[in-house]
Amino acid sequence: MSSVATVQHAGVHEVHHEHHHHETFISKYVFSQDHKMISKQFLVTGIIWAIIGGLFSVIFRLQLGFPDTTFPWLEDLLGHWAAGGKLKPDFYYALVTMHGTILVFFVLTAGLSGTFANYLIPLQIGARDMASPMLNMLSYWFFFLASIIMFASLFVQTGPASGGWTIYPPLSALGDASTGSVVGMDYWLVSMAMFIVSSLLGGLNYITTILSMRTKGMSMTRLPLTVWALLFTAILGVLSFPVLFSGVILLLFDRNLGTSFYLSDIVIAGKILPNEGGSAILFQHLFWFLGHPEVYIIALPAMGISSEIISVNSRKPIFGYMAMVGSLFAICTLAFLVWAHHMFVTGMNPFLGSVFVLLTLLIAVPSAIKVFNWLTTLWRGNIRFTPGMLFSIGFVSLFISGGLTGIFLGNSALDLHLHDTYFVIAHFHIVMGVASIFGMLAGIYHWFPKMFGRYMNNTLAYIHFWVTIVGAYLIFWPMHYEGLAGMPRRYYDYSGWNSFKMFAGLNEFISFVVIIVFAVQLLFVFNFFYSMYKGRKVTNQNPWQSNTLEWTAPIHPGHGNWPGEIPEVYRGAYEYSKDGKEYIPQNVPVGDEETKGH
Amino acid sequence: MKEFLMIALGALIFVVVFQIAKASEYVSILKGEEKTRKQNNRINAFFLLGFLVFGLIGVWYCNELLYPKTLFPQGSASVEGEEIDSMMMITIILTGIIFIITQVLLFWFSFKYQENDNRKAYYFAHSTKLELIWTTIPAIVLAILIVFGLKAWFKITGDAPKDAIVVEVTGHQFAWEFRYPGPDKVLGKTNYKLYTAKNNLGVDFNDPASHDDIHVNTTMHLPVGVPVKMVIHSQDVIHDVGLPHFRLKMDAVPGIPTTQWFTPKITTEEMRKKTGNPEFTYEISCDQLCGANHFAMRGVIIVETMEEYKKWLAEQTSEYSNLFPEKTAPAINTTDSTAKQTAQVLETKK
Repeated sequence: MSSVATVQHAGVHEVHHEHHHHETFISKYVFSQDHKMISKQFLVTGIIWAIIGGLFSVIFRLQLGFPDTTFPWLEDLLGHWAAGGKLKPDFYYALVTMHGTILVFFVLTAGLSGTFANYLIPLQIGARDMASPMLNMLSYWFFFLASIIMFASLFVQTGPASGGWTIYPPLSALGDASTGSVVGMDYWLVSMAMFIVSSLLGGLNYITTILSMRTKGMSMTRLPLTVWALLFTAILGVLSFPVLFSGVILLLFDRNLGTSFYLSDIVIAGKILPNEGGSAILFQHLFWFLGHPEVYIIALPAMGISSEIISVNSRKPIFGYMAMVGSLFAICTLAFLVWAHHMFVTGMNPFLGSVFVLLTLLIAVPSAIKVFNWLTTLWRGNIRFTPGMLFSIGFVSLFISGGLTGIFLGNSALDLHLHDTYFVIAHFHIVMGVASIFGMLAGIYHWFPKMFGRYMNNTLAYIHFWVTIVGAYLIFWPMHYEGLAGMPRRYYDYSGWNSFKMFAGLNEFISFVVIIVFAVQLLFVFNFFYSMYKGRKVTNQNPWQSNTLEWTAPIHPGHGNWPGEIPEVYRGAYEYSKDGKEYIPQNVPVGDEETKGH
Repeated sequence: MKEFLMIALGALIFVVVFQIAKASEYVSILKGEEKTRKQNNRINAFFLLGFLVFGLIGVWYCNELLYPKTLFPQGSASVEGEEIDSMMMITIILTGIIFIITQVLLFWFSFKYQENDNRKAYYFAHSTKLELIWTTIPAIVLAILIVFGLKAWFKITGDAPKDAIVVEVTGHQFAWEFRYPGPDKVLGKTNYKLYTAKNNLGVDFNDPASHDDIHVNTTMHLPVGVPVKMVIHSQDVIHDVGLPHFRLKMDAVPGIPTTQWFTPKITTEEMRKKTGNPEFTYEISCDQLCGANHFAMRGVIIVETMEEYKKWLAEQTSEYSNLFPEKTAPAINTTDSTAKQTAQVLETKK
C-alpha cells in the first residue's frame, strides 16, 4: 500500500474532549460550530424549502392541468394573485421562477452539499471538525439570511421575481417589462449575493478540510467516493459562483444605478430608453458560466452518495475506484467548458457553437464510465435493499434516462428544434432534479441513524420510494413527447395554440400525478421528523456493516466526534467480501496473509 | 366545504398509512427483525423486476399513444428540417439501444443478485480491460453523433442563399411584426430612437429604401420552395422565433440582430390535407420567457404558392404610403411584376 504522507490534524484532540465545555441552547442548537449540528441545520432548512418549492409546483401544475377550472381556495391562499380562484399569469411566472430558484439553489445546492459535506467530510476523513468551524457557522447563517430575503420577496406587493430562475435581462432588468422585475428582482439578487457568500465560505472550508485534515493513513486514494465528490463539488462552486456574483452585481447596477451592462436599443411601454452599448447576451455568458457547473454542483454529491451506498449494500467494492475518481475529475473539468450549450439559439457564431457541441458531448464519456461501473458493482453482489439502496438504484436509473436525453440537447442541430421546449424540462428534471433528489434522499435514509441515533420507519420509506420513482417517470417521461412536438416551456396556457392544445389531456394527467407524488413527499417529511424523536433507537454502532470511519464514532458522537484518539486508517474504503470477510473497516490494520487491495 | 373535506380525507389517509407503518414495525419485532428484513428484501427485489417489466411496457405504450402527436409523422415543413429529423432518428435509435441495455442490466442485476444466504458477493474491484471497453464504445458512438450533428448544424447556420426572400421579424411584448423590403428588395433603415406610437418599428423614412417597405402584423406570408431569410430584432426583452414545424428557433435580442433562413416546402393547404386537420396552421411561438403574456405571443405563417404569395403582396400597401398619404408614393422603376402590381394598386388607391 502506498504510504502517502498525510497531514495529521495534530493538537486539536487535546483541546476537544467530549464534555469539556458547557453548552447552552444557543451555542448548541443555534450558533453551533459543530459540523454535525450545522449539517442538520442545512438539512432542516433544505427540507422546509423543498416543501415550499414543491408546493409552488403543485399550484402552477393546477393551472397547467386545469386551465379552465377555478379553485376558490387559491384566492383565500394567495389573495389578488389568484383573484376569482384562477392564478394570474404574472404570479404563475413568479411561482415558476421561485420553484426553480428554490430547488436549484436552496434545496439541491445548500440542502444537499451543505448537509452532506458538513456531516460526512470530518467524519469520513477522520477529523474532529472542519478547518474553520467559525466560517462553517457563518456559511449557514449567510444561507439563512439569503433564505429570509428570498422568503420576504414572496410578500412584496408587486410579487417576487418572475423572469425565470435564469433571470435573463432585459426582462429582469426593467420594472416595465414585468411586475416581478419591479422590486421582487432586487430581493432575488440580494438574496443570491448572500447565498453565494455562504456557498464560498462553505466550499473553501470543505476543500481545506479535505486536503489538510485527513487522519493518519487516510491518503487521497483511500478517501470514500462521497468525499471525492464533495471535494470536486466544492472546487466547482468556489471557481464558478464568483462569476455569477459579478453578473448579479452588474444586474443590480443596471436596475438601480442607470448603467448599461446588459441594456441597449430598448423601447418599452412606449418609452425609449437611453441605455446604449450593453449586451443582453453578456449576462447569459456570466450566468451559465456558473449555471452549467451548478448542474454538477448538484449532481456530483448525489453521485458520490450513491456510489458509497451501492457499494455498502451490494457488499462489494465499488468497481473501478480510480476510474470513478477520474471520471469525477473529468466531469469537474469539462463542466467549465460547456456553458454556451445553453445558448445555441442566441445567434452565436456557428463555429463557436460547434466547439461547445464537441466539449458537451465529451461529458457523456465519463458519465458512461460511472454508469457501467455502478452496474458492475451490482453484478454478483449480495444486495440489501435498504431504503437508501433503493433510492441509489433509482438515482442510477434516472441518471441514465436523463443523461441520454442530454445527448439530444447537446447536439446543436437538434437543440434548434428542442431548445426551450418540454423536452428540456423533462431532461433536466430527470437528470439533475429528481436524480439528485434521489441521491439526497438516499443519503438521508442511509445516514439518518448516524445523525440522530434512531432509524426511520422502513414501511413508510418503501412506500415513499415506490410512489416517487413511478410518479417521477409518469410525470417526466411523457414530457419528452410534448417537447418533440415543439411545445414551449413556461407557458401559462396552451389552449390558444393549434399546435399544442392536443396535449391538454396529458397535462391534466401529469398534474394529477404531481399532486400524488407531492403528498407522498409529505409522508417522508413526517417520517423524518417523527423518527427524529420517536424512531426505533440505534443499538448497533455500525448498522449497515460499513467500512467508512463515521461508523467507528459513537452512536451519539459529541463535539469532536471520537471520544479518544482519532482512528488510524490502514486501507481503502471499499474492502467488502475480500478474503472471505464480509467487510473490513478502514481502521482495521492489514493482516499478514491479506491479499493486496487497491 | 369541498376543499375542507378533501383535506380531512387526505389527513385520514395519512393517519391510516402511518398507523400501518407503525404496526409493521411492531410486527417485525415480534417476527424477528432479521426475518422481516429478508422478507422486505425479497419483496423489493421482486418490485424492481416488476418495475423493469412494466416500465418497458409503459415506455412502449407511451410511444404508441404520443408519437402520433409529435411533429415527426407529418414530416418537416422545411427542407432544412429534414436534416434535423434524420439526425433525431439516428440519436433516438442509438440512445434507445443504450437506454434499454443499461436499464435492463440495472434492474436485472438488482433482482438476480438480491441477498441470498447461500451466496457470497464476488470481490471484483477493477478491470482495466472492461473500463477501456466502456470508455471507447461511448466515445465512438458520440463521435458519430458529433459528425452528423455538426454537418447539419453548419448547413443550417451557414449563409442564406443569394436568392432568399428577406423578411424582417420584430418581437416586442407581446406580438410579432414583419417587414418586407418591397420591390427594391432593400429594407429601409431603422433606429429605435425614431419610435413613435405610429411608427412603432422606428423606421427611418429619410431612407428612400424604406418607402416601398411593407409592414404587417402577426401573420407572415411565405411562398413555398423559396428560401427565406429572417432578420430578427427585438424592441424590449429577449424573445425567440420558434418555428416547430420547420424545426427552427432563433432568439430575438434587443440591440443585436440575428438571422435565420429556411426553405418552406409544404404549403399550409397541403399540410391541412396531409394531417387531415382543416384548422392546421403554422405557428410562431415565442420560446423565450418575455413577461406575463409570453404564452400568448403568437404569430402565424401562411405558406402558399408563388402565385398566391405575389397576389397577397400586391394587395399590401407600403407603410410609407399608409403613414404619409399626403406625399406621393415615389416612382418605382423596375421590371419586377410584383412591383408593377404594387404600383398599380397604389395608383388605384389614390
